[in-house]
Amino acid sequence: MRVASRGLIDRGAPVSFRFDGREHGGFSGDTLASALLAAGVRVMGRSFKYHRPRGVMTAGPEEPNALVTVGRGAAQVPNVRATVQEIHAGLEAFAQNCWPSLGFDLMALNDLFAPFIGAGFYYKTFMWPRAFWERLYEPAIRRAAGLGRLSGLHNQDHYEKAWAFCDVLVVGSGPAGLVAALTAARAGARVILAEEDSRFGGRLLAEDAAVDGLGGPQWVARAIDELKSLGNVRLMARTTVTGAYDGGTFGALERVGQHLAGPPADLPRECFWRIVARRTVLASGAHERQIAFPMNDRPGIMTAGAVRAYLHRWGVAAGRSVSVFCNNDDAHRTARDLAAAGVAVAALVDVRADAAPSGDFPVFAGARVIGTRGRRGLREITVASHRGTERIATDCLAVSGGWNPALHLSCHMNGRPVWREDIAAFVPGPDSVPGLTACGAAAGIFSTAGAFADGERAALAALDALGIGAVPAALPEAEDQPTRIHPYWQVTGVPGRAWLDPANDVTVKDVRLAAQENLASVEHMKRYTTQGMAPDQGKNSSVAALAVLAEATGRGIAETGTTTFRPPYTPVSIAALGAGGQGAGFAPQRLLTSHQASLERGAPMVEAGLWYRPSYFPRPGETTWRAACDREVGMVREKVGVCDVSTLGKIDLQGPDAARFLDFVYTNTLATLKPGRVRYGLMLREDGMVFDDGTTACLAPGHYLMTTTTAAAGPVMRHLEFVHQAHCAGWNVRMVSVTEHWAQFAVAGPLAVALLDSILERPIDDAALPFLGYVPVRAMGVAARLFRISFSGERGYEIAVPARFGAALFRDLVARAENLGGGAYGMEALNVLRIEKGFLTHAEIHGRVTAFDIGMQAMISRQKDCIGKAASQRPGLSGQQREQLVGLRLTGGSFGAGAHLYNAGDDPVAANAQGYVTSVCHSPTLKSHLGLGFVKNGRARHGERLRLADPLRATDVQVELTHPVFFDPEGARARG
Amino acid sequence: MASLLELTPCEGLLPVTAGGVTLAELPPALITSIAPFEAKQAAVARVLKSLGLGWPRPGRMIARGDACCLWSGRGQAMLIGAGAAGLEGIAALSDQGDGWARMRIEGAHSEAVLARLVPVDLSPAAFGKADVARTALGHMMLLIARTGGQAFDLMVFRSMARTAVHELTVAMKAVAARDNAT
Amino acid sequence: MRITCPLCGSRDRREFHYYGGAVYAERPAADAPPEAWDGYLHLRDNPAGETRDLWYHELGCSAWIEVTRNTVTHAVLSARLLAGPERQGRSARSILTKKKPNSGGKGR
Repeated sequence: MRVASRGLIDRGAPVSFRFDGREHGGFSGDTLASALLAAGVRVMGRSFKYHRPRGVMTAGPEEPNALVTVGRGAAQVPNVRATVQEIHAGLEAFAQNCWPSLGFDLMALNDLFAPFIGAGFYYKTFMWPRAFWERLYEPAIRRAAGLGRLSGLHNQDHYEKAWAFCDVLVVGSGPAGLVAALTAARAGARVILAEEDSRFGGRLLAEDAAVDGLGGPQWVARAIDELKSLGNVRLMARTTVTGAYDGGTFGALERVGQHLAGPPADLPRECFWRIVARRTVLASGAHERQIAFPMNDRPGIMTAGAVRAYLHRWGVAAGRSVSVFCNNDDAHRTARDLAAAGVAVAALVDVRADAAPSGDFPVFAGARVIGTRGRRGLREITVASHRGTERIATDCLAVSGGWNPALHLSCHMNGRPVWREDIAAFVPGPDSVPGLTACGAAAGIFSTAGAFADGERAALAALDALGIGAVPAALPEAEDQPTRIHPYWQVTGVPGRAWLDPANDVTVKDVRLAAQENLASVEHMKRYTTQGMAPDQGKNSSVAALAVLAEATGRGIAETGTTTFRPPYTPVSIAALGAGGQGAGFAPQRLLTSHQASLERGAPMVEAGLWYRPSYFPRPGETTWRAACDREVGMVREKVGVCDVSTLGKIDLQGPDAARFLDFVYTNTLATLKPGRVRYGLMLREDGMVFDDGTTACLAPGHYLMTTTTAAAGPVMRHLEFVHQAHCAGWNVRMVSVTEHWAQFAVAGPLAVALLDSILERPIDDAALPFLGYVPVRAMGVAARLFRISFSGERGYEIAVPARFGAALFRDLVARAENLGGGAYGMEALNVLRIEKGFLTHAEIHGRVTAFDIGMQAMISRQKDCIGKAASQRPGLSGQQREQLVGLRLTGGSFGAGAHLYNAGDDPVAANAQGYVTSVCHSPTLKSHLGLGFVKNGRARHGERLRLADPLRATDVQVELTHPVFFDPEGARARG
Repeated sequence: MASLLELTPCEGLLPVTAGGVTLAELPPALITSIAPFEAKQAAVARVLKSLGLGWPRPGRMIARGDACCLWSGRGQAMLIGAGAAGLEGIAALSDQGDGWARMRIEGAHSEAVLARLVPVDLSPAAFGKADVARTALGHMMLLIARTGGQAFDLMVFRSMARTAVHELTVAMKAVAARDNAT
Repeated sequence: MRITCPLCGSRDRREFHYYGGAVYAERPAADAPPEAWDGYLHLRDNPAGETRDLWYHELGCSAWIEVTRNTVTHAVLSARLLAGPERQGRSARSILTKKKPNSGGKGR
């Protein structure tokens, strides 16, 4: 019900929206909750367990009851708090947790069985028979559990993440936050003011209180104008600071597009901010708490502060005849303000005998509410006082059990709150988050004037810590009422369920039951009763629940303590946390200069780390990858093939100590390498395992080019930097990655020389460029590097040009290769070629193999130390018991990598495993299936036949163990 | 003999404009990474001075005309737009000109766009003209320099040019959409 | 979490690669006894409190740094270049010949 001439809504801008299929009207500035309340909608949801009708209880982010689903289809978002969602044209919201309808919910039958389904019901009931756990109980319980539903569709909405930095982050823009922001900003600090509401001002928008002779909202507007004019303040509305993390980093969720009708297509729905603040002022205010009394969960029972907020902020009377139930003076304002606005006040019930509220309404001091009526909305309360018991007709009960500082962020780094008896509230512990100071209501200072002063104090402390000078300014004038409260948590001695946590349907009885069953620690009680585990995470219930627990166990509240508040403060959508990680944003794509040419030839791409490499180049008539692969292998063996190998890491090492450094990181000797020559090198980790391998070319005296495998390029660079910086920083060697500068192509096959001669200024001279040689050349007018190395076993070269020429050179090389009967080859053929030759990749060098295992122990020089040498000499890293590299051959049939090997006749079980397969291929050259793998004492077992079993692929065959080099073991083809 | 066609790293991808922010590829330039050898730091600085540049402090660049020398990491700088004559023997020199996609992002909201992807404080107070950072652009390695009041030069690996342009474009559009949404 | 790189200043943790205890920078001599190598490779203290560990500024300047931090409070107390001025002057030959016994077997 609207109250004329109150509220900050724009009555000139009506907005229509739909809730649960029905059209409603509101005004610009309304939340879904305020608009529904104004429209007389009382039931906004159903409770989690008993499916009881529930109405809105609060006016802020702590709302436990009014959780709705917004939107339809892929865009649907569950568990949106109606108190936070702003209405806009076209907004569609739906009630949750009810079927078939909000008004008539079948699961409300649960409510009838409430006496039987208290805390621990599931643990105690669904215990046996054991076989029912997975098949019956769990599916049934899961169907009934959960709040809200996801659509199950791919989320098409745009979310984003961003960074922000500041000197002072002010969390909350109520009186304390505004003064803190003003103080810090006037002193010249870079300030971020984050406010979770759509408007700045906090409680100043929700009360009828004068500040400096202005209305609260007017003073707020003036303060915001000043902050804007200063130029060093970033004002972030609709932004909830959700977590405090190490090093002054905060997470914050900004609602960017959810309040707009027809937002621009590229506008994100939400933005997740990482705010890095040198100092933080926590001015997050406080949440009002309930009192537990019988049947205190009916629609129409709200917090007293929320009732005032709906009146002053949104011009809505929460009822036609409102009553108040409280234990403190602050709630008296609700009755006064309503009466002043012309709303009938049925009763003010204060538990304190000495309460002396003034106002034109019935007052019950030293009284309690002991019962309520009204299934779909409050109709009547029963009040017990020294005069006896009275039933009072009322449709809204504004309850206040006091205020809990919203100290959650101060606990995110293990800080424990401190109980203050005088205000009956927990306040943030000192230094709970480094660099963070709480102030105002968040620190337990509840008067407006007190909050102003405390906000200034907090800002001055922050500025002082930053070394920024500031002078205190005159503070705004405002009310300065002391906090008068008598701790009062529950109405006892009367029958009826009294809710503590309405969101999860946890009652006083449940908490007492937990205590009775010796689940008396607050953390146990929480998990047993599920109190505080709903979307509101106990904001409305935790303190009251632990007070009840304290009473039940005979301990004090301070001794009982709180559960741990963890991030996020309010729910954060996974889509916001994962923003930018969908689709192409998942990982960078590294594309070769030949990428476009490969796509044009129909090559499917395969990912190699972040690189995209062509898998094979299908030709007309080739219907399977195998057909293309077999042809490409034959092409290289008989004619010539071209392959982009630019992905291999290329590290430029220079300096007088470069050779020495290479000797330290490689097992074998590189120092003797002459300019113009290339050598294979083996690199170990310090623990003796093989790390990487590759070739190193000596380009000039003291100048080397190391190549790494594609996968290890980054790790090898990191390793080299470590070895240099940690072990030999004084050595005169410098290293830098040049991988990206060069496009490098393998040209391999008997006709490789013919192909290359056609583009080189001078033909290849075997004397100048023998096997494992290097020469600088000019190709088609471009300075290039030519290496004679082979990963295929054929006479092979690799030609490198600056990357800007890569695309053109690849096309040219492939065209020339095709004229010679060859062509481009991809990863599949490259793999077959190297398996036929027994060359290794990281399929074999998988981190658990030693140089001995791969038959390269002789490459560990006896003449010098190197990384990994000491460990490689350990007993256990060599010898017969080790699984050693072998070749595996099968004629007529196939097998896959990952299969295990067993002695013939042994059962194929883990205990009997003799080894395993790392790489496989079909060899068109040798017309059989080949594999590489590791077998115990394998080098001594060539010729043996082993059982190869692979239950995943239903393979069970006999394979022959061979030398790992299947083809041209003498290497004549590559050297020739 | 026919010569080879040259392609720049962002060929066909740029320029892009959204909401007053423009992302454009910088023209190709000679880039040499310079890592002074032991005890040759001063000698290297002298040679660079003679080019009108100098050895930049960590996080800084020194520019003169079209040439500049950017600090690019521990004991390393990138000489861009000028030859490294005179540095042979006193510093490790490596050609890097083809290894980096170089872009300039310019416009009133360029800082806001970069805040979506770059985890360092790029406000003028913290990152002024000629300041340089080696950091990240999303998941990519980035070398960034403020070259003007509202202009930044960006360098990412050549192979990642397409991803970099994609991510920057998404951020540019999102920032532009905020202007249109109010 | 933020780490102050001695070269780049305060940076987010995501720019760094973590490498474990700082003792890994203290490599035993090649002929050190197996216990020294065992300690160097495999044994690490796991203190509740101050600890020193190695980080590589991978998405940054490529410096290896030693960070002193508190495992209880998560406070990052200091960071220094592994190859800082005090190490830069170290004899180029020392690494392969030094016989300093390693703290093998100390931490478990």
